[in-house]
Amino acid sequence: MNIVACVKQVPDTEALIKVKPDGSGIDEGGIKWVMNPYDEYGVEEALKLKEANGGEVTVVSLGPARTMETIRTALAMGADKGVHVTIDEADAYNTAAALAAAIKEINPDVVFCGQRAIDDDSGQVGSVLAELLGMPPITIITGFEVADGKVKAIKPIEGAQLVIESAMPCVVTAQKGLNEPRYASLPGIMKAKKKPVDVKDAAALGISIEPKAKIAKMTPPPERAPGKIIEGDDPAAKAAELVKLLREEAKVI
Amino acid sequence: MAKGVWIVAEQRDGALRKVSFEIASAARKLADELGEEVCAVLVGSGVEGLASELGKYGVDKIYVADDAMFADYTTDAYSAAVAKVVKENDASILLLASSVQGKDLSSSLVGKLATGMASDCTEIKIADGKLLAIRPMYAGKVFGEIVVDSYPQMASLRPNVFAAVENAKAGEVVKFDAGVAADALKTKVLETQKDTSGKADLTEADIIVSGGRGMKGADEYKVIEELADLLGAAVGASRAAVDAGWRPQSDQVGQTGKVVSPNLYIACGISGAIQHLAGMSSSKYIVAINKDAEAPIFARADYGVVDDLFKVVPEVTAEAKKIL
Repeated sequence: MNIVACVKQVPDTEALIKVKPDGSGIDEGGIKWVMNPYDEYGVEEALKLKEANGGEVTVVSLGPARTMETIRTALAMGADKGVHVTIDEADAYNTAAALAAAIKEINPDVVFCGQRAIDDDSGQVGSVLAELLGMPPITIITGFEVADGKVKAIKPIEGAQLVIESAMPCVVTAQKGLNEPRYASLPGIMKAKKKPVDVKDAAALGISIEPKAKIAKMTPPPERAPGKIIEGDDPAAKAAELVKLLREEAKVI
Repeated sequence: MAKGVWIVAEQRDGALRKVSFEIASAARKLADELGEEVCAVLVGSGVEGLASELGKYGVDKIYVADDAMFADYTTDAYSAAVAKVVKENDASILLLASSVQGKDLSSSLVGKLATGMASDCTEIKIADGKLLAIRPMYAGKVFGEIVVDSYPQMASLRPNVFAAVENAKAGEVVKFDAGVAADALKTKVLETQKDTSGKADLTEADIIVSGGRGMKGADEYKVIEELADLLGAAVGASRAAVDAGWRPQSDQVGQTGKVVSPNLYIACGISGAIQHLAGMSSSKYIVAINKDAEAPIFARADYGVVDDLFKVVPEVTAEAKKIL
């Protein structure tokens, strides 16, 4: 089976994110970069699918030079080879277009993505990629299996979960709960250094760098007015005061 | 020239979802500013009768595709139908909900319509005749102002953030041919397994009572469940509590869990790590109950109680019982 896992390098969840003084973006100084957590579930599922059916896992990523570390992480987990499309910045549509251009040549049976990246939190790339590849998108799933040439996936929705069947090839976006991603082993890390990574320039793939969705400005989050701390030593009295405030001031209960 | 503010109305099981009225109302505001119409797309099976409800919330025209093949939501069927009617009418702005279905449908439409979208917005307005969408990024550590330089200018709106405001308009029904061949569809819903607990889903609850590391164990959630039951609230959890196995993954609120915007969020024994704040800071009122006075959650809370949650929460339940 020919399997693709798309990964993105993002700031660690604990990273302190500061906006540049001119609001043009974030200050990347001091940030620790990691694989997007949702993409880890995608890589894990890709590896499990390969282990069950044979085949090859290609990890594809878009980003600046530092992205290579994240590709190597996926290779250390067990992916066979990588494609690195180099670009400094791209919106969701252009990202998907660049990934589609790189993935078309691989002709995959299944493409895995994380359901969203935790940096821009857009959650669009998997679906746009599916559209550009002419494949159905199966998004935000917590269960995945292949049987009789079809994909069966579990998708939680508000108050229910769906069992969805899809033809292959398809694009699947992974949600937390799908699996427990493995750690890269030491031998895995050693082997990853020798695995092939094809580096392509986005411009050479004919990808526009002009975004369709432009970030006009970034700002720090709006300040929240300071709240009220209910003082006192008696839990019951504080509880009574809280209930009174929720009822009479906030009017939410 | 592209014109009109369009929305996709979301329905399930023969009823419009509340978020549909929220986006209709948000669309009405933009349309009034632009002097344009609000048009809604409604796709489903046996849904034509729902159109008049959208009229009440400021929709001028409702484009309806009513067919048995739309009984279940599937991405390929719905996105083909919406893309067709939006393209034919050259929509200027297209708004969807950032609900589970809306996230899937809107992203697929970005591909089909080859445009840009601002996802999960908490504010939208018109600036220089164009849509300006404001949205949290990096788990809410940063807010981005997004301009879409292609048409339709798309945005998905975070549920429970935009007010649903009644504002009756014609609500004229226009039927359209979705041009979707049922046998060309590549996906289908085999089964819908409903949650039979009768509890509100986290993303739709008006009140959430949430517990974190301070809960100390799975059984201890009983104190939270009692308060939640009394308030008709859903129970949430922090990542720490889910990772410890005390609560299911589906209860997790935060950067790697659900994003919620209830009227009231009561955080019990939750320190307020940025990862958690990302999922709940757009709540209208936040209460923090934590024995650590230095916990960052207090900086975000409207009301704070510095004390042992196991002493305070049962008292809150007892007090609330007196008035509810």
